[in-house]
Amino acid sequence: MVDVLRFRDDASADEPAVTLDAFVGQSNALSVRIEAGEDVRLLIPHLGRIRLIEVAFPTFRDGRGYSAARILREAGYRGELKAVGDVLVDQLPFMRRCGFDSFMPDAPLDTAAVERALGRYDHAYQKAADGRPPVWALRHD
Amino acid sequence: MYKYDQYDQAIVDARVEEFRDQVERRLSGALSEDQFKPLRLMNGLYLQLHAYMLRVAIPYGTLDSRQMRMLATIARKYDRGYGHFTTRQNIQYNWIKLADAPDILADLATVEMHAIQTSGNCIRNISSDQFAGAAAEEVADPRPWAELLRQWSTFHPEFSYLPRKFKIAVVASDQDRAAVRLHDIGLQIVRNDAGAPGFRVFVGGGMGRTPMVAPEIRSFLPTADFLSYVEAILRVYNRYGRRDNIYKARIKILVHELGAEEFTRQVEAEFPLVKALGLDAPEAEFARIAAFFADPAFEAGLADELDLADPDFAAWAKQNVHPHKTPGYAIATISLKPVGGIPGDASADQIDLMADLAERYSFNELRVTHAQNIVLPHVRKADLYALWQQLEAAGLATPNLDLVSDIIACPGLDYCSLANARSIPVAQKIARRFADLDRQRDLGELKLKISGCINACGHHHAGHIGILGVDRKGEENYQLLLGGSGAEDASLAKIVGPGFSEDGIVDAVEKAIERYRAIRQDGERFLDTYRRVGVEPFKEAIYG
Amino acid sequence: MKILTGNNLETGDVVWWTGSGWSRHVADAVDVDEGGEAIAAREEGARRVNAPYVIEALETPEGPRPAHIKDRVRALGPTVRPDLTLKPADPNAGSWVI
Repeated sequence: MVDVLRFRDDASADEPAVTLDAFVGQSNALSVRIEAGEDVRLLIPHLGRIRLIEVAFPTFRDGRGYSAARILREAGYRGELKAVGDVLVDQLPFMRRCGFDSFMPDAPLDTAAVERALGRYDHAYQKAADGRPPVWALRHD
Repeated sequence: MYKYDQYDQAIVDARVEEFRDQVERRLSGALSEDQFKPLRLMNGLYLQLHAYMLRVAIPYGTLDSRQMRMLATIARKYDRGYGHFTTRQNIQYNWIKLADAPDILADLATVEMHAIQTSGNCIRNISSDQFAGAAAEEVADPRPWAELLRQWSTFHPEFSYLPRKFKIAVVASDQDRAAVRLHDIGLQIVRNDAGAPGFRVFVGGGMGRTPMVAPEIRSFLPTADFLSYVEAILRVYNRYGRRDNIYKARIKILVHELGAEEFTRQVEAEFPLVKALGLDAPEAEFARIAAFFADPAFEAGLADELDLADPDFAAWAKQNVHPHKTPGYAIATISLKPVGGIPGDASADQIDLMADLAERYSFNELRVTHAQNIVLPHVRKADLYALWQQLEAAGLATPNLDLVSDIIACPGLDYCSLANARSIPVAQKIARRFADLDRQRDLGELKLKISGCINACGHHHAGHIGILGVDRKGEENYQLLLGGSGAEDASLAKIVGPGFSEDGIVDAVEKAIERYRAIRQDGERFLDTYRRVGVEPFKEAIYG
Repeated sequence: MKILTGNNLETGDVVWWTGSGWSRHVADAVDVDEGGEAIAAREEGARRVNAPYVIEALETPEGPRPAHIKDRVRALGPTVRPDLTLKPADPNAGSWVI
């Protein structure tokens, strides 16, 4: 069982993530936490200095965090993007495709199940934030 | 029709194994029901009144004989010998065991079928015109775009946990046979003045608790921008659709609350950002897919006349056969609405027979309509008589297409855990009341649609006559609605007054119909008369 | 009376709490009085049942008759396919539901 998952080589940000409101009001915060309904585009002017963005999943059914993640990656964010909250094994593949590279689930995850889930699909139909070529690109090299 | 390549097959095969793993984890307790439910729904597996129910996808309603035979096999091997064709062109099996579901999906995968995203808060089966590729008046075959949408929407990582379900329909004709304006996104292929193809885009239609006809948000979207634009719409919805109340969570509510103008502004603002990502499939991919939908090898110089000496055949040919774009051919609709039967149900034997007939008479191809009938799209006129004889012998030749006994009915309280009332017995009683085909033909086109609850899977809002089953103090009760249409003249039916018992609603329907007959003018359908005179004459006939 | 119902996890069969286990026949259902929720939680946790819930039922000579038509349909089967119900040979079964 595992409590956190991280798919990055660099060191973790060591300061706690502040709220979006606090972040926008401060010039020196490097880590920020986005709640499910918050507009992640407010961070775009600051992406260069941010090391960690946590995106909250209050329930695994709330899919707003997937859009938040993709928007950040599409805007050029290269720092750590962490899914926090009701994060379950079966949503990990979609989360990875949307650009999340670390995870802090409320409940520990079964490592074997995680590995199976992440290795399940060799192909994806659509372009997302993970750089994987969509199937149509493979068809028309 | 589309054929899988190695990538399509690999994806479906991986999905089968993923679901097998998920079922094992459910049975072992590693997954709770709460955690498992969205996963099984995304594989079309419901827990219904009697057992699990599996909804198998029939993409844009098109399938071939081999696939049809597998549907019969599934019915025999895993279910109780029949299936139910639905108002979204899919098929449902009512007596499924969870433990069998992975094997069923594995069997389906061998014939390029699946149950992916036929339920859940994700993008559902893309529906389309059952006459695609055969009708004379279409701008182009809509199905290549429907297939592009199918692939794009399958396991879309950003849009698999939407506020609510999402339904898209694509047509290519001014005659809307897929009810596009009653979908979350409706797409109509048109040509601009230069002759280039593009889409009229409608967003925010739907039925259910708050029925709405979708406004048009774009009059011409170039086909090259197609997937980006739809992605922009979905992103706006995923971010801003309501998640506080499941009855207010569809995109139609967002469009309504923002107003079409503001909603459109948000989509148009998101669109260039998405377009810049380069996620539209290239022209080469469209061409690859479109090649699968090329015309079959139609023969030239075939006889274009029909021998209508047999009056029973003539009745069927007149009612259930539509003109084809190619001389010598016709489009035949197989009615799954025998008077007194269960609308949309077919036995395994009937499904096998239809597969055989498609192979023999229709270049191997069949369609499912959202009115729960089956179409053989490319039949030589010279073969219609032999086809009809075989359909007749199997109880599949009721000549009632679009007549009052061609009823759309959801499974209702006989099968569905969401239902408040039974719908099938009402359909049976109405069909029996109007069993006389001369009477039906005299009444002409009359689309009667029955839902067993407000979720409107029976499309009652879009019925010329609609019936809604409700629970009134623990008893089944039925509301009568009039004046709806799911065609290009889309309108929402209005309730006429207090509800009725099961026998009462049948009488009320008959009274409304007889009033129509008494006051109609030349050439008017029921719907036309209603639109001309309003509800009062009908109300008066029904309630006295 | 109050009875407890649910579905078998593997098969999806409609089942009724008998006091010691789960039966497919509503006639075997016992009155759970106020203890239904606790039994439901325990049985669901052990995966001996899926999606259990407590319902009202009338005591009749034939056994418990669920108060709501939906549960009577569950108890017997679809009214429009008597051949697929638990009592295909019983011509009065349908009227018990309705």
